[in-house]
Amino acid sequence: MLHLNILNHHVLSVAIWLPILAGIVVLLLGSDNKAAFTRWLALAGSLAAFFATLPLYTKYDFSKGAFQFEEMVQWIPSFNINYHLGVDGIAVPLILLTSFTTVIVVIAAWEVITKNIAQYMAAFLIMSGLMIGVFSALDGILYYVFWEAMLIPMFLVIGIWGGVNRVYATIKFFLYTLLGSLLMLVAFIFLFHKTGSFEVTDYYQLPLSLNEQILIFMAFFMAFAVKIPMWPVHTWLPDAHVEAPTGGSVVLAAIMLKLGGYSFLRFAMPIAPDAAHYLSGFMITLSLIAIVYIALVALVQKDMKKLIAYSSISHMGFVTLGFFIFSQLGLEGAIVQMISHGFISAAMFLCVGVLYDRMHSRQIADYGGVVNTMPIFAAFMVLFAMANSGLPGTSGFVGEFMVILAAVKYNFWVAFLAATTLIFGAAYTLWMVKRVFYGDVANPKVAELKDLNRREFLILAVLALMVIGFGVYPKLITDFTHVSAMQWLDHMAISKLPVAGL
Amino acid sequence: MENIQFDLMAVLPELTVLCMAMFILLADLFLKPKNKIVIYGLAQFTLFAAAYFTVGTHTPAVGYAFSGMFVDDTLSDVLKLMILLGTSVMFVYTRQYMQLRNMFRGEYYALVLFSVLGMMIMVSGQSMLTIYIGLELLSLCLYSLVALDRDSAKSSEAAMKYFVLGALASGMLLYGMSMIYGMTGSLNLAEITSVLQESSPNNPVLILGLVFIVAGLAFKFGAVPFQMWVPDVYQGAPTSITMLIGSVPKFAAFAIAIRLLAQGLQPLTADWQEMLLIMAVLSITIGNITAIAQTNLKRMLAYSTISHIGFLLFGLMSGSLNGFASSLFYISAYVLMTLAGFGMILLLSRKGFEAEHLDDLKGLNQRSPWTAFLMLITMFSMAGVPPTIGFYAKFTVLQAALQAGYIWAVVFAVLMAVIGAFYYLRVVKLMYFDAPQDSLAISAPYDMKFILSINAVALLALGLMPQTLMNICGAAIGRSLQ
Repeated sequence: MLHLNILNHHVLSVAIWLPILAGIVVLLLGSDNKAAFTRWLALAGSLAAFFATLPLYTKYDFSKGAFQFEEMVQWIPSFNINYHLGVDGIAVPLILLTSFTTVIVVIAAWEVITKNIAQYMAAFLIMSGLMIGVFSALDGILYYVFWEAMLIPMFLVIGIWGGVNRVYATIKFFLYTLLGSLLMLVAFIFLFHKTGSFEVTDYYQLPLSLNEQILIFMAFFMAFAVKIPMWPVHTWLPDAHVEAPTGGSVVLAAIMLKLGGYSFLRFAMPIAPDAAHYLSGFMITLSLIAIVYIALVALVQKDMKKLIAYSSISHMGFVTLGFFIFSQLGLEGAIVQMISHGFISAAMFLCVGVLYDRMHSRQIADYGGVVNTMPIFAAFMVLFAMANSGLPGTSGFVGEFMVILAAVKYNFWVAFLAATTLIFGAAYTLWMVKRVFYGDVANPKVAELKDLNRREFLILAVLALMVIGFGVYPKLITDFTHVSAMQWLDHMAISKLPVAGL
Repeated sequence: MENIQFDLMAVLPELTVLCMAMFILLADLFLKPKNKIVIYGLAQFTLFAAAYFTVGTHTPAVGYAFSGMFVDDTLSDVLKLMILLGTSVMFVYTRQYMQLRNMFRGEYYALVLFSVLGMMIMVSGQSMLTIYIGLELLSLCLYSLVALDRDSAKSSEAAMKYFVLGALASGMLLYGMSMIYGMTGSLNLAEITSVLQESSPNNPVLILGLVFIVAGLAFKFGAVPFQMWVPDVYQGAPTSITMLIGSVPKFAAFAIAIRLLAQGLQPLTADWQEMLLIMAVLSITIGNITAIAQTNLKRMLAYSTISHIGFLLFGLMSGSLNGFASSLFYISAYVLMTLAGFGMILLLSRKGFEAEHLDDLKGLNQRSPWTAFLMLITMFSMAGVPPTIGFYAKFTVLQAALQAGYIWAVVFAVLMAVIGAFYYLRVVKLMYFDAPQDSLAISAPYDMKFILSINAVALLALGLMPQTLMNICGAAIGRSLQ
């Protein structure tokens, strides 16, 4: 009975530590000589980790917006640091997305990774646990430890299994992120000396002057804007995406970018609400630049992965836009957009991976007429491309539409600029699909391509189901977010400035 | 009579080391070359015996011996234990290295034990004279240890440089002490404090004395602008000696900084805080930026040491108990990391081959994944990335500095930490992303591999559970300084 008790009362701890433990086991037992065993072991670990997160769905109390599944143990009493976990409706969908994506990544690597298999699988399993830790930590230092520790496996994944220019890309990725995070650490320490604890909930109640709030907000902004990434600190992302192996790109796009978005909601904005309002014009401007300018940049890319990377930045612009117009619709739209982008970008990168495994090229110019030799694959790709450009009926439409609706209420011209993405997004995605899949078979190698094998079909089919499923029935996500988003907005509406004269 | 007995009990660990060091020097003469391993055993035994006595005579109260010249408090006990433990680990790491290079001789062990004795005296010094004697004992042993490989021109050059600059620094320290003595009429730190508290501390001679003392301390730490000797000595000395210089003596330097600045010259806190701030910021800047350009691993670690010392000074300059405890935590973490880092160089070295170039690490992950993993932990710990202890080390000193109000210095320090991360990452890159140049198997004694594994894994384990070490550091500072 004891073990059942642990599963019931420590859902989050299990969700975090099970994949990490599985990763260590894979690292210890697996090797290139026992490749098949290593792969099955990793798959078993990732599936177990996925099932361990399901109680978050089945046992979640949808009527409450407060933190649930809370766990609290003293960790470092000298600095009042606690092992404090808890999730609300914003975090749960992201955690489920994380554990789901890990399974996909493990399967996607099946025959593709042949060198250091155990280390590759272990890196993704450990990363998955650490990312779930980021989504569920309610203590500043605990959060920071997960946030930074996650960089180490990703650094290795890009550097060991990446492309030609991998060293440059991975060091750039690491240093960019580290720079932002260290400023965030300074902000945490500052808040610690104000409140005497690292509890996020204590920070929510702390009155701060506008100057302090702006400084704190900017410190957090440096960390999260790099991660999302927002223009103009986005330049690490195309490099990292292009050089990373398929699995690395998938995790980067599907989850790591969401960590930035999530952290704005959990830390930067509620801790410094007045600064968030004060700087909202600035943030909306940056978001619009990302949406419009980066979409144009995506249009001229010659490398498929780079194109999808820029498209990610552009889509994440919607997320930050949704946050900073401070309305229920915009906020929920932004969260739906985060989840939906997780599936779509993962699918797009996997599709590029399918082509790359066969042709060892990501250049659009090397392809043409792929539909003739890979009809099933082309069907999937067209579906995901449509979702990426926001076709109604797919999940890509829901989030964008909600954010645009909310933006119209906020300011017509903001909405107008944001809506151009429906044109640009369609332009760069569909133009790429046209050049790769249709037209004449110009390259003799394309003529020899084989269609999807069963493994690839399975992954893409599951993702397609998700994309259509959430497109038709987005309530699955908004059920989670509705109450939490309402409470979040209530909190944001209350000024934390010290009242004059007191 | 009772007094003398008490005095001797207080210095029991020191007496042990002294007697055994002399015994080893003698025994060495009567041992055949193939039996020299006995010396190694004796040296390890000495360290453990001294550690045993240190623990055995420990009391939470502060005790004075030899008319107040020697202090036995929690801080001194903790630091002595760390020094003894660190030296013991160093002996394990360096045994094979010294054997293969024909330096496995009695004088190596005797000299190291004498330097340990010097450190223990520094740690317990309550009078400026005691501190100076301890410091000179340590320094003279280190000068000759650097030149232990007497046929190597590089080592002799490094020793010469170290000696000349070191003697200069000792002179400065002594000069500063004499000025303080002239102004206060006492060598005893407690008396100096009480005299200073009564008189106005804005006396120019006093400040000048303080400047000389801080300069002498900065030299022993290797803080900018007194860092010139560090890279040359690190590179020129045999790696085992570099490991010694880079690790445990920093505990002793920390101790005399606490004794002199935080205890004796406590009324002048505002003055030395500013001096330390300048040195801290310069050390972090120059250490981190210069390290990028290095191709020699030992030299790179030398510059990395300079930047670590900068961080350490951040804790000291806060001038609070919190700050001193965080500095102690930092120095403990630093010594653990340094031991692991140099241990790795020793592990990869063979007869006639020094693995001291960065390129020697290429492809280590393919040659030996476990060794590469240990080095990975060490590098990330030095860079201050969680979940390693290096993160908490930086965290504690930065929070102390922030509490003392140095917010922009802290922001500057974290920016420099990003630059620092680059060259640690480069080591990881060489090990994991590059193809090996060298395919020979790594041969090392099992005890060394075992201890090195524990050492590196401890960086991770202490990073997950840092509370115990924090408690020890907090108690050491809290009980010894009021």
